[in-house]
Amino acid sequence: MGKSYNTIAFDANKCDGCGDCMTACATAKVGVGDTARSRIQIVGSADDGFELALCRQCGDPKCVMVCPAGALTKNFDTGVIEWNDAKCVDCLLCTVGCSYAGIALDAGSGHVAKCDTCDGAPACVPACPHDALTYVTTSRIYNEVGDWEDLFAPGLAGCQGCNTELLMRHTLRRVGPETVLATPPGCVPGMGSVGFNGSTGTKVPVFHPLLTNTAAMLAGIKRQYKRVGREVNALAIAGDGGASDVGFQSLSGAAERNEQILFMVVDNEGYMNTGMQRSSCTPYGAWTSTTPIGKGSGGMPSQGKTQDAKNLPLIMVNHRCEYVATASTAYMEDLYDKLDKAIQASKRGFAYLHVYSPCTTGWRFPTDQNMEVARKAVETNFVMLWEYNRTDGLRFTRPVDDPLPVTEYLRAMGRFRHLSPDQISHIQSKVVENLAFVQQMAHRQSA
Amino acid sequence: MTEHTKYLVVGSSHAALEAVTAIRMHDAEGSLTLLTRDPHLPYSPTVLPYVVSGRSAPDGIFLRDEKFFADHRVTLKRGNALKALHAERNAAELADGSELAYDKILLATGASPAIPPIPGLDQVSYHVLRTLDDATKLNAAIKSSKQAVVLGAGLVGMHAAENLVKAGAKVTIVEMAKQLTDGYFDAIAAGLIEKAFTDNGATILTGSRVVKLAPSTIGATLTLENGSTLEADLLLVATGVRPNMDYLAGSPVEHDKGILVSDSMQTSVANVWSAGDCAQAKGFFTDDKVMNAILPDATEQGRIAGMAMAGDPGLKQYPGGVPLNTYHFFGRHAISVGSSRVPEGGEVVTRFDEASGRYLKAIFSADNRLTGIYGVNEFFDGGVMCQLILRRIDLSAIRERFVANPLAVGRELMSKTWR
Repeated sequence: MGKSYNTIAFDANKCDGCGDCMTACATAKVGVGDTARSRIQIVGSADDGFELALCRQCGDPKCVMVCPAGALTKNFDTGVIEWNDAKCVDCLLCTVGCSYAGIALDAGSGHVAKCDTCDGAPACVPACPHDALTYVTTSRIYNEVGDWEDLFAPGLAGCQGCNTELLMRHTLRRVGPETVLATPPGCVPGMGSVGFNGSTGTKVPVFHPLLTNTAAMLAGIKRQYKRVGREVNALAIAGDGGASDVGFQSLSGAAERNEQILFMVVDNEGYMNTGMQRSSCTPYGAWTSTTPIGKGSGGMPSQGKTQDAKNLPLIMVNHRCEYVATASTAYMEDLYDKLDKAIQASKRGFAYLHVYSPCTTGWRFPTDQNMEVARKAVETNFVMLWEYNRTDGLRFTRPVDDPLPVTEYLRAMGRFRHLSPDQISHIQSKVVENLAFVQQMAHRQSA
Repeated sequence: MTEHTKYLVVGSSHAALEAVTAIRMHDAEGSLTLLTRDPHLPYSPTVLPYVVSGRSAPDGIFLRDEKFFADHRVTLKRGNALKALHAERNAAELADGSELAYDKILLATGASPAIPPIPGLDQVSYHVLRTLDDATKLNAAIKSSKQAVVLGAGLVGMHAAENLVKAGAKVTIVEMAKQLTDGYFDAIAAGLIEKAFTDNGATILTGSRVVKLAPSTIGATLTLENGSTLEADLLLVATGVRPNMDYLAGSPVEHDKGILVSDSMQTSVANVWSAGDCAQAKGFFTDDKVMNAILPDATEQGRIAGMAMAGDPGLKQYPGGVPLNTYHFFGRHAISVGSSRVPEGGEVVTRFDEASGRYLKAIFSADNRLTGIYGVNEFFDGGVMCQLILRRIDLSAIRERFVANPLAVGRELMSKTWR
């Protein structure tokens, strides 16, 4: 129990109802391309969209519960609900149990049929010409990570829906117990990393430097450990304010000296734990408590932040660090890949990981939307996922060739609700400009 | 010293097994005992017709194995029935004379065949079908039967009759009601079922009643109300079931047709719950408490009872029983979901293609909510239909499309509404 499984995901917005997935399924399963016999069923909807009926491989499957013959079982290794034709008595009770039309009568065989994910290589997914179907394999990470020791306190004082707990637990599990952690003022200590009532919130040594000296202090600690001959990971988890504003000189200095530390920035685009003030990473037009919306003064209405955000990860690339990458919790496989590389790089020199962290409280979106907002940021190219090292240069890890309009991202949250058409077109043009800039760097490096 | 268990679950079929799972979801440690009068591992009464036909191997139908009970720290007591419930002192008296003290008890004791009071029935040998042992006996008997009589045309009787027909016996089905499968399917559907049987050589006597039985050289002679007689070398009594609740004699646990329970499956007495075929709970279409002795409802009730017993805060109250039935006959299938009763101001829409034998009947309330849907050889997703009923989804705008293709339109609504 408690295992995570791969799953087939459907994006209705990308589906044009071509039926290729159904043809592929029926061909794979019964040898003929009769879409009526497909176990994935796309149905047209009255409003011209397309809807999906497919087994969800429920964790608590009703079809299994109501089977009188023991013919359906949940395989807890693969997550697939398996159908045993030798035991099935064709009573159809499973079809009455399932609320999702995930198991249905296949008239061609006279038996019920359901998706078995083709043993982990679903035929429908590659058949989709529009990427409306994807096979999400992130479960591999969660299962692996779940076996490692959680080095964080069991309870945290984060806002509901914040992805930073996920980041902290995963990162600490990944770097492991031989770690010294620096968490300067910001959401991370606010959530409890520095502890409560005299005990730390982590199972590794943690300290609370000033905003200004995080990288310097951590570099010194790492050097002392080296001096006494002990191999430890030196890890900082800092906010964007601490890194890009007042802490920048010590960060830049440590990067320039190529200190052997891993510096992770959790970028929620402002000073969110102290009341949502703007930082140099706050994007243009965004509402914060110090870039308010209102009448303004001198006849100039106040319409959110008037400057563009600083691109801190690109600045770090210009330090020619061992490793620099941007990441998003909406793309955990990508994030994990980069975390692994950053940890390795930090044994040689300075590694910098910049993770975008949508803030439910400060950005004003519902608490269940964090991953969706993070995903939209990438899908619109508002943020770009890339990595850099000195040998291979800069390369996109998840290039978005057909980005959504930036309004898809902006409308997902309240901090941009007031934007005028001019402001929106400014942001869209900045997205294009930033993309062109990073593309140029990627091109230059690969040339 | 009297043995003690925190949770005592009596019964070993769907309601009991779901209760065990639900209890263990919330309380991994509390001592849990499953008591069943059956000597076998848990199985479903619903699968027994297939044991009779030989399609299911008697040793391949078990829903859980010993390992499951060991893994879940459940003490399994087989072949020992609940004899009397002493709710006033939280104790169960068992058939073997021992006593088991509990903190909380679930009565999921199911039902037994109801034997009609026909003179002479006790003088002849007959079969019933409710336990695995019944099924293996009947499986052996049908192989040598030449002329069989089935009393009762419910789903158990019809299943067995089909097996007998296929085994080569001359079969007569005697049913008191005017149609077959009364209460499950309407007259048109029953007519389709009847035709399938008569086409295969069975004789159906609906609106007919056996008034007397007597032993004969081959087995039994049955005398019908109209004076005619039938000879049977195999007699199956399948005239319905009655809940097993004799152990409540003298107990304050309120019972009517079954054991009366609340929307969290609690009986009128503290620490006592009931679920499944022995329970009488709220119906979805009526405020009265009804018997809804069907498998899906047993799992639902068992789950709710287990969560309530373990104090699981995730408990959702029982929405009321929705009748759900599926029936396979001679390669065809019939599905019924919801109530057959037409609500006031409601409407019935049917379509029937005699050539293909495809039949669909949908019942809508005055405000265009689905309240029942029946199909013969017309497949639709019963689980989706049940959700349309439970969620009282407004079908005003799409009723025509829905009736034309309940499969596709049901899936569309599902995907949009609760996917």
